[in-house]
Amino acid sequence: MINLRDKGANLWESWGRTKRSTFVIVLIALVGMLPFAGNFSFTSILNTPISSYQAVLVYPVGMYVLMALGLNIVVGKSGLLDLGYVAFFAIGAYTAAILGTHTHLNTWEILPIGMAAAMFAGVLLGLPTLRLRGDYLAIVTLGFGEIVRIVALNSPSIGGPTGIPAVPNPPSILGIKFSLDNMQGFFWIVLVLILLVIWMVRRFTVRRPGRAWEAIRQDEDVAILMGVPILRYKIWSFSIGAAIGGAAGVIFASKSMYVAPNMFTFNVSILILSCVVFGGMGNIWGVILGATILAYLPERIRFISNARQFVFGLSLVVIMNVRPDGLLPRKKREKLTGAKK
Amino acid sequence: MNLSVVVSQFWPLLINGIALGFIYVLISLGYTMVYGVLRLINFANSEIFMVGTFATVIVSRNIFGYSLNTEPIHGFKLIYTLVACLVASMLISGVTAVIVELIAYRRLRSKGTNRLASLISAIGTSLILSEGVRILTKSVPYASPRLLTKFNVLTFGKVGIRIDTVMVIVAGALIFFLVDRFVTKTLLGKAIRAVSMSEENSRLMGINLNRVISATFLIGGLVTGAAAFLYVTVYEVTVFNVGFNLGLAAFTAAVLGGIGNLRGAFYGGLALGLFEEFASVVFGGQWKAVLVFVVLVLVLLLKPNGLFGEAVQQTRV
Repeated sequence: MINLRDKGANLWESWGRTKRSTFVIVLIALVGMLPFAGNFSFTSILNTPISSYQAVLVYPVGMYVLMALGLNIVVGKSGLLDLGYVAFFAIGAYTAAILGTHTHLNTWEILPIGMAAAMFAGVLLGLPTLRLRGDYLAIVTLGFGEIVRIVALNSPSIGGPTGIPAVPNPPSILGIKFSLDNMQGFFWIVLVLILLVIWMVRRFTVRRPGRAWEAIRQDEDVAILMGVPILRYKIWSFSIGAAIGGAAGVIFASKSMYVAPNMFTFNVSILILSCVVFGGMGNIWGVILGATILAYLPERIRFISNARQFVFGLSLVVIMNVRPDGLLPRKKREKLTGAKK
Repeated sequence: MNLSVVVSQFWPLLINGIALGFIYVLISLGYTMVYGVLRLINFANSEIFMVGTFATVIVSRNIFGYSLNTEPIHGFKLIYTLVACLVASMLISGVTAVIVELIAYRRLRSKGTNRLASLISAIGTSLILSEGVRILTKSVPYASPRLLTKFNVLTFGKVGIRIDTVMVIVAGALIFFLVDRFVTKTLLGKAIRAVSMSEENSRLMGINLNRVISATFLIGGLVTGAAAFLYVTVYEVTVFNVGFNLGLAAFTAAVLGGIGNLRGAFYGGLALGLFEEFASVVFGGQWKAVLVFVVLVLVLLLKPNGLFGEAVQQTRV
């Protein structure tokens, strides 16, 4: 098996400070230029045939990368199987839609509120359920994801099945406009959020919370014996993941200007989980790669539109069989050994 | 809130709830048995159910040539048609389950990989099945011809208990009894229980692990197929995503009773069926799923191993 991750890590470690920063800046600049890639002949292969390429970059690609990074904290870092991540996305989106249409708050003011709402939901759900063993957590979160959707569907006060239309776009900052025909603005916002999350996860990983999560993931019993307050760190992991989902939701609502319950189905949770596992649980670069591929592929192959979910399922099975640890797995020594006893 | 209905229609609600519960029992056996041996949520089980419903409809429509406006049939002809549909549904579901195991689980298991990888490949298989059927049927619901005259066996005031409800209860109880006997009495059943206790030790005892796991999937598939047949007989229509909600409910039932535990699935399924039936008249059908979830959370908080205790040791993701 080709070990791309180790090759990349070795290369990175052999570089000096200047080389590293140049690489990061060039990489960010290149990614920032992505919305224009459709205009040049040599990069126009990236164009998506049916949906607007710039819109695809924001949703699903950017959003999925952001949410997959958030879910990676929960599933990849601390080993808690969450099958209802879409709930936090929905809570963020609905917060943005309700506050955006009923109050004068703009998107940037709503963003922290949406994140707080999702975080609060995460704590509320986490407090009783994070004491449970993994598989029960999975089914409870799955149920929670469906509940949020069903509550939205059956509450006429928040639009019921039709949802909430006319969610305002964010006001412009630094001269960048945000509207349906200026998708690159949204892409850059999502990119900034992604970079922030990457930075945060990298800091966490080398500090106390990251070590606690790692201990919890590898062996809960041992972690308790070592004095790790596991419930507290699980709730932290859960609510940080939730807040990132909420942030994605707020941006999503103000980008699509409309939310409806049928946007937040179980399939979204599954897709984001697939992104995490497909790319390589616990490794942020793997997760980003996985999310990019899984979000972009169905749009790129839209010409076989009827069969694209079918092909997607097929590729999940094939890739998991060929590379069970994902495309870019985490370091071997971190891997959970003997998961099943 | 509509409590008067509960009082006035107590008996019909009770019996319909039991019938729904038996469908859940049979589907949740598919989840609970696989969970017992592999410690994995078999995500594809809902699609195995879906394949079974289509098998039932297609056998009665295309092989026996009944159309939607055929008059109900009687006597011996009725019995052998129903049995043929049942057998076809069970066989096709069983074979699908074995193939799912071969494709989604076996290779990954032989590599000794983490559980989430298997979960994703199961999700992939589930997508392949449901999307495959969606493309083949063009998302059109398939209605089943009404072969069984649906007369009332019992009546309570204005509401009657129909023959198909009774059939579901009788058949469900019988199938559950057979599976339970099979797992407790036969050698293969013993092997399945041994594997669910400890994979390594059972291998040391000379049990062919792959064979036992295939057999578990086969039995789970057969039972799920039977559930699919009963479902079609009662509701007379199926569509490519029919399995999703039923699968979710059945999995909840399995957890409710204590996953990995066959009798737990029995009680969990019945409890859930009854609860759904009563709760949907009291609070309105659209809140059914929310109530089921609330009950699940409460049960897990008060009795974390399910109502009847699970048959597995502590595992982790």
